[in-house]
Amino acid sequence: MGWNVCCCPHMRQWLPGLAYSTWVPLIARMRKLAIECTALKKHYGSVKAVDGLDLQVFVGECFGMLGPNGAGKTTAIEMIQGLIQPDASEVCVLERSWRRNERELRRRIGTQLQETKFAEKLTVSETLRLFGSFYRKAFLLEKVLDTVQLQEKRDSWVSKLSGGQKQRLSVACALICEPDLLFLDEPTTGLDPQSRRQLWDTIRDFRRSGGTVMLTTHYMEEAEQLCDRVAIVDHGQIIALGSPRDLVASLGAEDVVEFGFEEDATVSDEELQALPGVAGIGREDGRVRLTARRVHQTVPALMTLVEERGLTLNELVTHRASLEDVFLSLTGRHLRDE
Amino acid sequence: MSRISDHPIFQLALCRVKEFLREPEAVFWVFVFPVLLALALGFAFSNRAPEAVRVAVERGPGSSELEAMLRSASEVEVQALDAEDAYDLLRSGRVALVARAGDTVEFRFDPARSEGRLARLVVGDALQKAVGREDVWEVRAIPVTDVGSRYIDFLIPGLIGMNIMSTAMWGIGFRIVRKRSDRLMKRLLASPMRKSHYLLSHAVSRVFFLWFEVGVVLAFGYFAFGVPIRGSLLLLAFVALLGAMTFSGIGLLVASRAKTIEGVSGLMNFVMIPMWVCSGVFFAYSNFPEVVQPMIASLPLTALRDALRAVMLEGATMAGIGSMLVIMALWGVGSFGVALKVFRWE
Repeated sequence: MGWNVCCCPHMRQWLPGLAYSTWVPLIARMRKLAIECTALKKHYGSVKAVDGLDLQVFVGECFGMLGPNGAGKTTAIEMIQGLIQPDASEVCVLERSWRRNERELRRRIGTQLQETKFAEKLTVSETLRLFGSFYRKAFLLEKVLDTVQLQEKRDSWVSKLSGGQKQRLSVACALICEPDLLFLDEPTTGLDPQSRRQLWDTIRDFRRSGGTVMLTTHYMEEAEQLCDRVAIVDHGQIIALGSPRDLVASLGAEDVVEFGFEEDATVSDEELQALPGVAGIGREDGRVRLTARRVHQTVPALMTLVEERGLTLNELVTHRASLEDVFLSLTGRHLRDE
Repeated sequence: MSRISDHPIFQLALCRVKEFLREPEAVFWVFVFPVLLALALGFAFSNRAPEAVRVAVERGPGSSELEAMLRSASEVEVQALDAEDAYDLLRSGRVALVARAGDTVEFRFDPARSEGRLARLVVGDALQKAVGREDVWEVRAIPVTDVGSRYIDFLIPGLIGMNIMSTAMWGIGFRIVRKRSDRLMKRLLASPMRKSHYLLSHAVSRVFFLWFEVGVVLAFGYFAFGVPIRGSLLLLAFVALLGAMTFSGIGLLVASRAKTIEGVSGLMNFVMIPMWVCSGVFFAYSNFPEVVQPMIASLPLTALRDALRAVMLEGATMAGIGSMLVIMALWGVGSFGVALKVFRWE
């Protein structure tokens, strides 16, 4: 098969910017593509759910689509899985097209969809056996139960499972065919932190055995923990793409300082920019966000400025810059708008 | 992949069977309810044993001889009462006639009521015989209860047909729409499951349940009321099977586009209620006007019920119910064909 990575030859344009883009062509020459699509599009009436999405996911990597609810992540991942017909563009998965190789592809991918409700009155092992029967190869019920840590619950009805256990069952159904490529749509939404960690471990195990993962999430922590590369998606388009570290580095600062004033006092952007170590300024609801290169200099200088003016800070928070801050700096909105 | 138990159709059908059996309410409605209905209606409309005529004898001179004479007669239930009490019972209908002894025996009864006229004839006859009247021309009475023409005989095949219809339609329609709204259908489609396997598994689980749901009502009718099964059991099984497949097709069609349980419930009732009313489950459809008769006869439930009844009560053969089988097959093939065309998988 050689190293010919593309089944769709027009796939050569890349998003501008980001240090990442310099090493992509290098990687692309070395690694096979698990997923490829160009200008993927799906409009529902006037709603542009997905509006020109370019994606390349390499074999063996964990690729994440990060974005707020309603960004088009689910529509995109379901188009890639051949469950929704795109308006434009053909999707290549594992170097096959859905049109000609649907049966083969269905056998090679594992799927966890959002909000699937499994039959309540079937047990965990009955559900797994049902899904296992759809694949030609013999499946290893015990192994899958071990992987998702559901051995104890194997004879419990689905209705008796907790949210986290249900989600792990969903992932188990995806893993039962020992897929080459695993799709996870918001795998940990609504789970408690412990269940979330357990699922992350399962996903890491799968990757260690050589599997490729494509997931969507609106938790930046999840993307940072699991993904080699992340596409930040908003309004059906990719607005940034790269490894979590590169994306955060694109802010030009490692820390974020957030504060607000008691009074309606204003401190101009120029004054703030003049503080040492400040890389960028953002304002939201009367609060100020500084991205800072050297937070240990920025904060004392800020305090001095506040004292000179006789102002009062009502809150001061500093934290390491994250993908959340990347999203915020790109869109002016939060990933999770509560 | 060698064992049959690993086959997707088997697994899908097995899951369907298990889910059903773990739903006590569903089991009640499919297996217990038809029997209860048959029991209630069977008793309500059963032909009772002929009741004795209830009469009173007014106490007075000669009343005890009169009472003794009547007591020895069959079909008469007699009590001796004081005049006042006796007339009270007559007025309220608890006795049909009051007799008073004397040179001339007097009968008091209400000729406007059939019980009264009957009592007058029966009591008169009994008294005349008791004092020695001979019949000039002998009459021999032979009691007849025609098995196969009672209401319960009419009802049981109708109930079986109705049960086949409801379980096929609800079992398939409800379940498909439920899977669709639970997004489980989409999840199944994301697997390599064949769509044809999915649809076939419904037919398989339907056939599995069919024998029980038909058998229960049939056996109940047979053992509790002696409802006859005059035709071949094999043919009866074939009719039931064809009926189940026909209504599975219709159920699939009804569920082919509905997105919500509420939506499909409305559609189900829209399809089924007219057939409950028209197809002669509870009363003969010959009561409907002449013009609509051909329409009623071409309904699938009418065909199923008529075929079941013909085989059970008249011992009809395949040839005798050919037209009904054709009607069912046409409905089944037609609805299944359309359902496959318009079916929405997600």
